[in-house]
Amino acid sequence: MALLLDLLSFAMLLGGVFLGISGAVGVIRFPDFYTRIHAAGVTDTLSAGLILGGLMLQAGLTLVTLKLAFILMFLWITSPVASHALARAAMHSGWHPRLSD
Amino acid sequence: MRYFLILFLLLCAFWLLLSGYWDNDLLLAFGAASSLLVAWIGSRLIGADPPRSYPVSIVRITAYSWWLLVEIVKANIDVVKRIWLPKEHPISPCMARLPLSQVSGVAKAAYAQSITLTPGTVAIEVTDDDVEVHALTKEGLDALREGEMDRRVTSVEKGHR
Amino acid sequence: MLMYAMAAVGILVVMALALVRGFLGPSVFDRVLAVNMVGTKTTLLIAVYGFLTDRPDFLDIALTYALINFVGVVAVLKFVERVADPRAPEDL
Repeated sequence: MALLLDLLSFAMLLGGVFLGISGAVGVIRFPDFYTRIHAAGVTDTLSAGLILGGLMLQAGLTLVTLKLAFILMFLWITSPVASHALARAAMHSGWHPRLSD
Repeated sequence: MRYFLILFLLLCAFWLLLSGYWDNDLLLAFGAASSLLVAWIGSRLIGADPPRSYPVSIVRITAYSWWLLVEIVKANIDVVKRIWLPKEHPISPCMARLPLSQVSGVAKAAYAQSITLTPGTVAIEVTDDDVEVHALTKEGLDALREGEMDRRVTSVEKGHR
Repeated sequence: MLMYAMAAVGILVVMALALVRGFLGPSVFDRVLAVNMVGTKTTLLIAVYGFLTDRPDFLDIALTYALINFVGVVAVLKFVERVADPRAPEDL
C-alpha cells in the first residue's frame, strides 16, 4: 500500500515536471505574446496541481496537506488573475495579437 | 460591521490552521491581534458599502468545480499536444467577443476566471454583457462559444437567488 | 528522497527555460510573463525543498511567496500599463 502510494506520488511529481517543461518549451517556441500566455497557463494549472498533489499524497492527512491545499488554492485563484491582467495591460498599450486569418 | 466580524472569524480560523500552535497563550494573542488588525484594514478598504453577500450552495459549487477540473485537464492535454507536435496539431490564434449571461459581478468574475484558468483561452476584457476572449485554437474558441461553461456558471448563480 | 530531488531539478530546468524567454523578450510583457512563471515555480520549488530536507516549515514560506509574487506581478503591470511603449523595451 505504501509502495503504491509512493509510486503514485512519484508519477504525479514526474507528470507535473513534464507539464512544466512542456509549458516552458511552449513559452519559448510559440510565435507571439498572447499565445505564450496559454503555454504559461499549462505550468500554472495542471503542473502545479500535480506536483502539490504528489506532495499531498506523501504527507497524508495532516496539517501539511492542508497547507499544500491552501498553496494550490491560492495559486489557482491568483494565476488566472495575473494572466488576465497581463493580457489586458498588453492590449491597452496597443500590442496587438497576431491572428491566424 | 457584519463584514468585519465575518472577516475576523475567518482570519482567526485561517491563522489557527496555518500556525498549528493551539496552546501557547502568547502566540494565540498575537494571532488574534493580527487578525483584528487585518480585519480592520480590510473593512476600511471595502468602505461603507460592503459587497452583497449571497447564500452559497456548496453542492452546486462543488459540482461545478469538478466539471471545471476535468475541463482543465482536457485543455492541458490539448495545449501540450500543440506544443510538442506542432505539425500534427497546428495552432490558430483567434479572438472574439462572447456574450455572457450572468447577472451578478461575482458570477461574471467567476466565469472570466474559469475561461482564463483553462489553458488555451484567456479572457482579456470583461464588460457588463460580453467578454473578449483570446484563444490558442479555433476549436477552443468554438467550444467556448457553444456556451456550456457560461450555462453552468449561470446555473450555479441561479441556485443562489 | 530521490523523487523530491528529481522534482526539484525538473523545476529548476523549467525556471531556466522561462528565464530564456525573459531574456529574449521582445516586449516587456513577455518578460513579465517569464518572471511570473519563475515566481510560481519558486513557490513549488520551496514546497518540494521543504519535503526534501524534511522541514515542513518551508510550506509557510511557499504560501507567502505565492501571494507576494502575485501582488508583485500586478504592481509591475500597473506601472508598465501606464508608462511603457512595449515596442521600445530598451526604454525601461
